[in-house]
Amino acid sequence: MGILEVKDVGKRFGGLQALGDVNLSVKENTCHAIIGPNGAGKSTLLNCLVGKLIPDTGSVMFDGQSVLGRSPHEINQMGISRVFQTPEIFGDLTVMENMMIPLFAKRDGSYRLHAIKSVMNERQLREEAEQMLEEVNMLDKRHMHSASMSRGDKRRLEMAMCLIQRPKLLLLDEPTAGMARADTNNTIDLLKEIKEKRDITIAIIEHDMHVVFSLADRITVLAQGTPLVEDAPENIKGHPKVQEAYLGEAH
Amino acid sequence: MFGLDKKDSTLLILVAVLTLLAPFILNPFPSDSGLAQFNAGYPDLMQRFVIFGIFAIGFNILFGLTGYLSFGHAAFLGVGSYSAVWMFKLLSMNILPAIILSVIISGLFALVIGFVSLRRSGIYFSILTLAFAQMSFALAYSVLTPITNGETGLQIALDDPRIFGGAVAADGSIPVTNLFGLEMRSAFDMAVGPWSFTFSAGYYVCAIVMLIAFYLAIRIFRSPFGMMLRAIKSNQTRMNYTGLNPKPYTLAAFVISGMYAGLAGGLMASMDPLAGAERMQWTASGEVVLMTILGGAGTLIGPVLGAGAIKYMENIFSKINDNVLHGWFAFLPDGMEDAVVWILHPFVGKGWHLTLGIIFMLVVIFLPGGLVEGGQRIARAFKGKKAKETSEKATTEPAE
Ligand SMILES: Nc1ncnc2c1ncn2[C@@H]1O[C@H](COP(=O)(O)OP(=O)(O)O)[C@@H](O)[C@H]1O
Ligand SMILES: [Mg+2]
Repeated sequence: MGILEVKDVGKRFGGLQALGDVNLSVKENTCHAIIGPNGAGKSTLLNCLVGKLIPDTGSVMFDGQSVLGRSPHEINQMGISRVFQTPEIFGDLTVMENMMIPLFAKRDGSYRLHAIKSVMNERQLREEAEQMLEEVNMLDKRHMHSASMSRGDKRRLEMAMCLIQRPKLLLLDEPTAGMARADTNNTIDLLKEIKEKRDITIAIIEHDMHVVFSLADRITVLAQGTPLVEDAPENIKGHPKVQEAYLGEAH
Repeated sequence: MFGLDKKDSTLLILVAVLTLLAPFILNPFPSDSGLAQFNAGYPDLMQRFVIFGIFAIGFNILFGLTGYLSFGHAAFLGVGSYSAVWMFKLLSMNILPAIILSVIISGLFALVIGFVSLRRSGIYFSILTLAFAQMSFALAYSVLTPITNGETGLQIALDDPRIFGGAVAADGSIPVTNLFGLEMRSAFDMAVGPWSFTFSAGYYVCAIVMLIAFYLAIRIFRSPFGMMLRAIKSNQTRMNYTGLNPKPYTLAAFVISGMYAGLAGGLMASMDPLAGAERMQWTASGEVVLMTILGGAGTLIGPVLGAGAIKYMENIFSKINDNVLHGWFAFLPDGMEDAVVWILHPFVGKGWHLTLGIIFMLVVIFLPGGLVEGGQRIARAFKGKKAKETSEKATTEPAE
């Protein structure tokens, strides 16, 4: 049994079968990559895991519990954090404040009325936030207005916001898209380090094969809403079906 | 100080000093001079400054932090006023229980209206709050007449079944509102040469309540709750996926701002024990929106400035009539005098709304951060100059 069990999940958008009978099992403390051409249904699958979309059929179990019918904030509290394809951060807030909010969510739950306490007095949380920013090389930007940062920095910030919650499962939707080569390599190093240091399961959607083959323990190839193959990275590279799916996209 | 950092403490002290010295500051002109009509230091107006300040501070907690624009907040102010007057009629003329009840009742009212209105966001939320407020206004005029006394408004009468203090004062008149014996309308005048200053008990009670309300607002702004409210305004998607439920936070902000409005309404009734339905009308709800935006939404001091600016114009500008204008421009040749008065006429007196409208448009277009942004720009211009001077010195020094 994996920590995440996706069974026969299907999702239609009008006449389009975006997902058809997807089965996926992600083992605890592994990195599972989902690859496939544009429009294959990768983001849709992710949306079904975090409560943004409710699949028409099938079931999604996380850590022995069903996530279906729960709202995104409940699913996050179960231990799933998500990085979006276009970074979702608190643009009006500073980098430091962006880091404090997930820490409050982790400590205090979905809602708690701390109306009189001062954020300034949360020493321990502030230290934790600074430490995480240090790890992603953003400590010098902590007072910056986060909307004014580069896209790469926003992605790194979003990743840091997810990691600081110490999720059991981290979902990454093309985390290196739009990043410079150096930043991509930093992200790979960061994720590798996190994988080694912590008990964390990662499910990653990625176009960049360099990233996929550096991180993934297991790869699922998705095409037109159905999984073509699932195997270890070394077997995926030369697989004829994969070649076919990707060549199909190139032409 | 009181759990605030240095910058916030300075702001609080500054506001405290200004409000407590307001009877002097607002009466800068000798009482027999031609400029005396610009004096705003009379109790009635000063009370209105701080009461509307409270209203706007509370409104800003909702609108400034979460971005949810309510067009119905005057309903809570009205409910607060009615509650207070009922307390005067039934319990005692002491304002403390009246104000407490105002805050509680308007809080409950806000909980119900907020719960329903917050099912939508953006323009739909605004329309829902507007609809609720107009409904309350209409009900207060019609079917709720037994509670609100309809068009006449709810007043203290000689036959009120008051439990403490009796229905009639010792001299046979209607008793006055007080705080443990300190009468709200009591005041003493101080004359310094040609100047005169009035110190009113009612004003100081309002001022102290306003300072407490302001202090609490600063604490809310700096709290984790305040940060969550700003997060709601910034990105609700990220909030959801960070494990936070924005709904209870927004509702709490709505209720808190409703309680501030109720507090303002209760104080208003405490200064003058009368409550009318017109306090709940949509124009009154719109006014607090204008105050907050004019002063600077989302800033601490902005709403207070905006409330002061609008109340000053409403009460001072509106008093300038053609006679006053003729007096000012009497030195001009007759034809020109008439021409100048004719040009200025639409902007003063009853036309003060036009002036307010123009100022509001100018602020929104050129100073989106309101008067506070204006202040910051001026401060920066000064600092910039200074910084330039010092840097120039620094660069010229080595050359010497
Ligand atoms: N909310 C939606 N409504 C309608 N169609 C959608 C929606 N989301 C995705 N789709 C469609 O579903 C298919 C899969 O999309 P997506 O999951 O974003 O692909 P990928 O992430 O693999 O590139 C696409 O054809 C896309 O247009
Ligand atoms: Mg996608």
